[in-house]
Amino acid sequence: MLSNSSMRTPLGRVRGLGSAKSGTGHFWLQRVTAVSNLILTIIFIGIVIALVGRPYPAAVALLSNPLVAILMLLFILSACIHMRLGMQVIIEDYVQSEGAKVLAVMANTFFAIAIGAASVYAVLKLSFGG
Amino acid sequence: MAEVKPAARPLSPHLQIYRWSWTMAMSVAHRVTGTGLYLGTVLIAAWLVAAASGPAAFDTAQAIAGSLLGRLVLFLYSFSLIHHMVGGLRHFVWDMGKGYEPETRMNMAKFTLVASVSLTVLVWIVALVLR
Repeated sequence: MLSNSSMRTPLGRVRGLGSAKSGTGHFWLQRVTAVSNLILTIIFIGIVIALVGRPYPAAVALLSNPLVAILMLLFILSACIHMRLGMQVIIEDYVQSEGAKVLAVMANTFFAIAIGAASVYAVLKLSFGG
Repeated sequence: MAEVKPAARPLSPHLQIYRWSWTMAMSVAHRVTGTGLYLGTVLIAAWLVAAASGPAAFDTAQAIAGSLLGRLVLFLYSFSLIHHMVGGLRHFVWDMGKGYEPETRMNMAKFTLVASVSLTVLVWIVALVLR
Protein backbone atom coordinates (compact mmCIF):
# COMPACT_ATOMS: atom_id res chain seq x y z
CA MET A 1 0.00 0.00 0.00
CA LEU A 2 1.07 3.55 -0.60
CA SER A 3 2.14 5.33 2.54
CA ASN A 4 0.93 8.77 3.48
CA SER A 5 4.34 10.15 2.57
CA SER A 6 3.77 9.31 -1.13
CA MET A 7 4.43 12.24 -3.47
CA ARG A 8 1.43 11.23 -5.56
CA THR A 9 -1.75 13.18 -5.11
CA PRO A 10 -4.91 11.29 -4.13
CA LEU A 11 -6.47 12.30 -7.48
CA GLY A 12 -3.48 10.91 -9.39
CA ARG A 13 -3.75 7.68 -7.47
CA VAL A 14 -7.46 7.36 -8.23
CA ARG A 15 -6.96 8.06 -11.92
CA GLY A 16 -4.26 5.40 -12.05
CA LEU A 17 -2.75 6.72 -15.27
CA GLY A 18 0.87 6.81 -14.09
CA SER A 19 3.64 9.06 -15.37
CA ALA A 20 2.96 8.31 -19.04
CA LYS A 21 -0.65 9.55 -18.56
CA SER A 22 -2.14 6.64 -20.49
CA GLY A 23 -2.34 3.99 -17.79
CA THR A 24 -2.65 0.39 -18.94
CA GLY A 25 -4.67 1.25 -22.06
CA HIS A 26 -1.99 0.16 -24.52
CA PHE A 27 -1.25 -3.08 -22.65
CA TRP A 28 -4.91 -3.99 -22.23
CA LEU A 29 -5.88 -3.32 -25.86
CA GLN A 30 -2.91 -5.45 -26.93
CA ARG A 31 -4.30 -8.34 -24.84
CA VAL A 32 -7.91 -7.85 -25.97
CA THR A 33 -6.88 -7.93 -29.63
CA ALA A 34 -4.59 -10.89 -28.90
CA VAL A 35 -7.64 -12.84 -27.74
CA SER A 36 -9.72 -11.81 -30.76
CA ASN A 37 -6.76 -12.49 -33.08
CA LEU A 38 -6.46 -16.01 -31.69
CA ILE A 39 -10.03 -16.80 -32.72
CA LEU A 40 -10.06 -14.81 -35.96
CA THR A 41 -6.66 -16.06 -37.17
CA ILE A 42 -7.84 -19.68 -36.96
CA ILE A 43 -10.89 -18.67 -39.02
CA PHE A 44 -8.71 -16.71 -41.45
CA ILE A 45 -6.42 -19.73 -42.01
CA GLY A 46 -9.56 -21.79 -42.70
CA ILE A 47 -10.82 -19.23 -45.24
CA VAL A 48 -7.44 -19.13 -47.01
CA ILE A 49 -7.32 -22.95 -47.15
CA ALA A 50 -10.82 -22.94 -48.63
CA LEU A 51 -9.66 -20.44 -51.27
CA VAL A 52 -6.59 -22.42 -52.40
CA GLY A 53 -6.81 -23.33 -56.07
CA ARG A 54 -10.24 -21.79 -56.60
CA PRO A 55 -10.88 -20.00 -59.89
CA TYR A 56 -11.89 -16.32 -59.72
CA PRO A 57 -15.70 -16.67 -59.68
CA ALA A 58 -15.58 -19.29 -56.93
CA ALA A 59 -13.08 -17.24 -54.87
CA VAL A 60 -15.26 -14.13 -55.19
CA ALA A 61 -18.36 -16.14 -54.29
CA LEU A 62 -16.70 -17.33 -51.08
CA LEU A 63 -15.32 -13.90 -50.10
CA SER A 64 -18.65 -12.21 -50.77
CA ASN A 65 -20.56 -14.57 -48.51
CA PRO A 66 -21.79 -12.28 -45.70
CA LEU A 67 -20.48 -14.46 -42.87
CA VAL A 68 -17.05 -14.85 -44.51
CA ALA A 69 -16.89 -11.12 -45.31
CA ILE A 70 -17.84 -10.07 -41.76
CA LEU A 71 -15.25 -12.44 -40.26
CA MET A 72 -12.62 -11.10 -42.68
CA LEU A 73 -13.48 -7.52 -41.67
CA LEU A 74 -13.18 -8.39 -37.98
CA PHE A 75 -9.86 -10.13 -38.62
CA ILE A 76 -8.50 -7.11 -40.49
CA LEU A 77 -9.64 -4.68 -37.77
CA SER A 78 -8.30 -6.79 -34.91
CA ALA A 79 -4.98 -7.56 -36.64
CA CYS A 80 -4.34 -3.93 -37.65
CA ILE A 81 -4.93 -2.62 -34.10
CA HIS A 82 -2.75 -5.36 -32.63
CA MET A 83 0.12 -4.88 -35.08
CA ARG A 84 0.09 -1.12 -34.60
CA LEU A 85 0.46 -1.54 -30.84
CA GLY A 86 3.17 -4.19 -31.20
CA MET A 87 5.23 -2.23 -33.69
CA GLN A 88 4.94 0.87 -31.50
CA VAL A 89 6.62 -1.03 -28.65
CA ILE A 90 9.43 -2.18 -30.97
CA ILE A 91 9.94 1.41 -32.21
CA GLU A 92 9.99 2.78 -28.66
CA ASP A 93 12.52 0.11 -27.67
CA TYR A 94 14.99 0.58 -30.51
CA VAL A 95 14.64 4.11 -31.94
CA GLN A 96 16.58 6.33 -29.56
CA SER A 97 16.39 9.82 -31.03
CA GLU A 98 13.18 11.51 -29.91
CA GLY A 99 12.37 13.08 -33.30
CA ALA A 100 12.85 9.87 -35.26
CA LYS A 101 10.85 8.00 -32.66
CA VAL A 102 7.85 10.34 -32.93
CA LEU A 103 7.97 10.18 -36.73
CA ALA A 104 8.28 6.38 -36.73
CA VAL A 105 5.36 5.97 -34.31
CA MET A 106 3.30 8.28 -36.53
CA ALA A 107 4.29 6.42 -39.70
CA ASN A 108 3.36 3.18 -37.93
CA THR A 109 -0.15 4.51 -37.32
CA PHE A 110 -0.47 5.63 -40.95
CA PHE A 111 0.70 2.20 -42.14
CA ALA A 112 -1.78 0.30 -39.98
CA ILE A 113 -4.68 2.53 -41.06
CA ALA A 114 -3.71 2.37 -44.75
CA ILE A 115 -3.46 -1.43 -44.70
CA GLY A 116 -6.76 -1.65 -42.82
CA ALA A 117 -8.55 0.77 -45.14
CA ALA A 118 -7.32 -0.95 -48.33
CA SER A 119 -8.28 -4.39 -47.05
CA VAL A 120 -11.70 -3.30 -45.75
CA TYR A 121 -12.41 -1.52 -49.05
CA ALA A 122 -11.52 -4.66 -51.02
CA VAL A 123 -13.67 -6.98 -48.89
CA LEU A 124 -16.65 -4.59 -48.98
CA LYS A 125 -16.34 -4.11 -52.76
CA LEU A 126 -16.26 -7.88 -53.25
CA SER A 127 -19.19 -8.55 -50.98
CA PHE A 128 -21.32 -5.74 -52.38
CA GLY A 129 -21.01 -7.25 -55.82
CA GLY A 130 -17.58 -6.27 -57.20
CA MET B 1 47.38 18.79 -20.66
CA ALA B 2 45.63 15.50 -20.50
CA GLU B 3 42.00 15.70 -21.39
CA VAL B 4 39.63 14.64 -18.72
CA LYS B 5 37.67 11.71 -20.06
CA PRO B 6 34.47 10.63 -18.45
CA ALA B 7 34.83 7.33 -16.66
CA ALA B 8 33.72 4.36 -18.73
CA ARG B 9 30.40 3.64 -17.15
CA PRO B 10 28.96 0.16 -17.36
CA LEU B 11 26.31 -0.17 -20.04
CA SER B 12 23.31 -2.39 -19.87
CA PRO B 13 24.32 -5.61 -21.63
CA HIS B 14 22.56 -6.18 -24.91
CA LEU B 15 21.44 -9.30 -26.76
CA GLN B 16 24.84 -10.48 -28.04
CA ILE B 17 26.29 -10.64 -24.50
CA TYR B 18 24.01 -13.38 -23.23
CA ARG B 19 24.25 -17.11 -23.77
CA TRP B 20 21.28 -18.15 -25.89
CA SER B 21 18.51 -19.94 -24.07
CA TRP B 22 15.18 -21.31 -25.24
CA THR B 23 13.17 -18.57 -23.58
CA MET B 24 15.40 -15.87 -25.06
CA ALA B 25 15.26 -17.44 -28.53
CA MET B 26 11.45 -17.68 -28.45
CA SER B 27 11.16 -14.13 -27.15
CA VAL B 28 13.29 -12.85 -30.04
CA ALA B 29 11.33 -15.07 -32.42
CA HIS B 30 8.08 -13.50 -31.17
CA ARG B 31 9.33 -10.05 -32.17
CA VAL B 32 10.79 -11.24 -35.47
CA THR B 33 7.60 -13.09 -36.46
CA GLY B 34 5.50 -10.12 -35.36
CA THR B 35 7.54 -7.82 -37.58
CA GLY B 36 7.27 -10.31 -40.44
CA LEU B 37 3.50 -10.47 -40.05
CA TYR B 38 3.37 -6.66 -39.94
CA LEU B 39 5.23 -6.34 -43.25
CA GLY B 40 3.33 -9.28 -44.74
CA THR B 41 -0.01 -7.49 -44.33
CA VAL B 42 1.05 -5.51 -47.43
CA LEU B 43 0.79 -8.77 -49.38
CA ILE B 44 -2.59 -9.71 -47.87
CA ALA B 45 -3.98 -6.25 -48.61
CA ALA B 46 -2.55 -6.38 -52.16
CA TRP B 47 -4.12 -9.81 -52.70
CA LEU B 48 -7.54 -8.61 -51.46
CA VAL B 49 -7.36 -5.46 -53.59
CA ALA B 50 -6.40 -7.64 -56.59
CA ALA B 51 -9.45 -9.83 -55.95
CA ALA B 52 -11.61 -6.70 -55.79
CA SER B 53 -10.07 -5.33 -59.00
CA GLY B 54 -11.22 -8.14 -61.28
CA PRO B 55 -10.22 -11.50 -62.81
CA ALA B 56 -7.05 -10.28 -64.56
CA ALA B 57 -5.51 -8.75 -61.43
CA PHE B 58 -6.62 -11.72 -59.34
CA ASP B 59 -5.03 -14.23 -61.75
CA THR B 60 -1.77 -12.26 -61.62
CA ALA B 61 -1.85 -12.27 -57.82
CA GLN B 62 -2.62 -16.00 -57.78
CA ALA B 63 0.22 -16.70 -60.22
CA ILE B 64 2.67 -14.79 -57.99
CA ALA B 65 1.39 -16.56 -54.87
CA GLY B 66 1.65 -19.94 -56.64
CA SER B 67 5.22 -19.44 -57.87
CA LEU B 68 8.13 -21.04 -56.02
CA LEU B 69 9.11 -17.76 -54.36
CA GLY B 70 5.46 -17.00 -53.63
CA ARG B 71 4.99 -20.35 -51.93
CA LEU B 72 8.15 -19.86 -49.89
CA VAL B 73 6.87 -16.48 -48.68
CA LEU B 74 3.46 -18.01 -47.94
CA PHE B 75 5.10 -20.82 -45.99
CA LEU B 76 7.19 -18.41 -43.93
CA TYR B 77 4.14 -16.19 -43.41
CA SER B 78 1.98 -19.09 -42.21
CA PHE B 79 4.78 -20.25 -39.90
CA SER B 80 5.18 -16.72 -38.50
CA LEU B 81 1.44 -16.46 -37.94
CA ILE B 82 1.23 -19.78 -36.11
CA HIS B 83 4.45 -19.21 -34.16
CA HIS B 84 3.27 -15.77 -33.02
CA MET B 85 -0.09 -17.27 -32.08
CA VAL B 86 1.39 -20.12 -30.02
CA GLY B 87 3.92 -17.71 -28.49
CA GLY B 88 1.05 -15.45 -27.57
CA LEU B 89 -0.61 -18.29 -25.64
CA ARG B 90 2.47 -18.30 -23.37
CA HIS B 91 1.90 -14.62 -22.69
CA PHE B 92 -1.70 -15.37 -21.67
CA VAL B 93 -0.35 -17.91 -19.15
CA TRP B 94 2.13 -15.36 -17.80
CA ASP B 95 -0.56 -12.65 -17.68
CA MET B 96 -2.46 -14.87 -15.28
CA GLY B 97 0.61 -14.97 -13.04
CA LYS B 98 1.46 -18.58 -13.83
CA GLY B 99 4.30 -20.38 -15.58
CA TYR B 100 7.26 -18.42 -14.24
CA GLU B 101 9.15 -21.39 -12.78
CA PRO B 102 12.45 -22.05 -14.65
CA GLU B 103 11.46 -25.51 -15.80
CA THR B 104 7.97 -24.43 -16.87
CA ARG B 105 9.39 -21.48 -18.83
CA MET B 106 11.85 -23.71 -20.69
CA ASN B 107 9.19 -26.33 -21.45
CA MET B 108 6.75 -23.71 -22.72
CA ALA B 109 9.46 -22.20 -24.94
CA LYS B 110 10.30 -25.59 -26.42
CA PHE B 111 6.61 -26.36 -26.85
CA THR B 112 6.20 -23.08 -28.76
CA LEU B 113 8.69 -24.21 -31.40
CA VAL B 114 7.51 -27.84 -31.62
CA ALA B 115 3.82 -26.88 -31.74
CA SER B 116 4.28 -24.10 -34.30
CA VAL B 117 6.36 -26.25 -36.67
CA SER B 118 3.89 -29.17 -36.36
CA LEU B 119 0.82 -26.98 -36.84
CA THR B 120 2.35 -25.23 -39.86
CA VAL B 121 3.14 -28.55 -41.53
CA LEU B 122 -0.37 -29.79 -40.67
CA VAL B 123 -2.01 -26.69 -42.18
CA TRP B 124 0.00 -27.12 -45.39
CA ILE B 125 -0.86 -30.82 -45.64
CA VAL B 126 -4.56 -30.01 -45.23
CA ALA B 127 -4.31 -27.19 -47.79
CA LEU B 128 -2.49 -29.35 -50.35
CA VAL B 129 -4.84 -32.32 -49.87
CA LEU B 130 -7.97 -30.16 -50.24
CA ARG B 131 -6.94 -28.26 -53.35
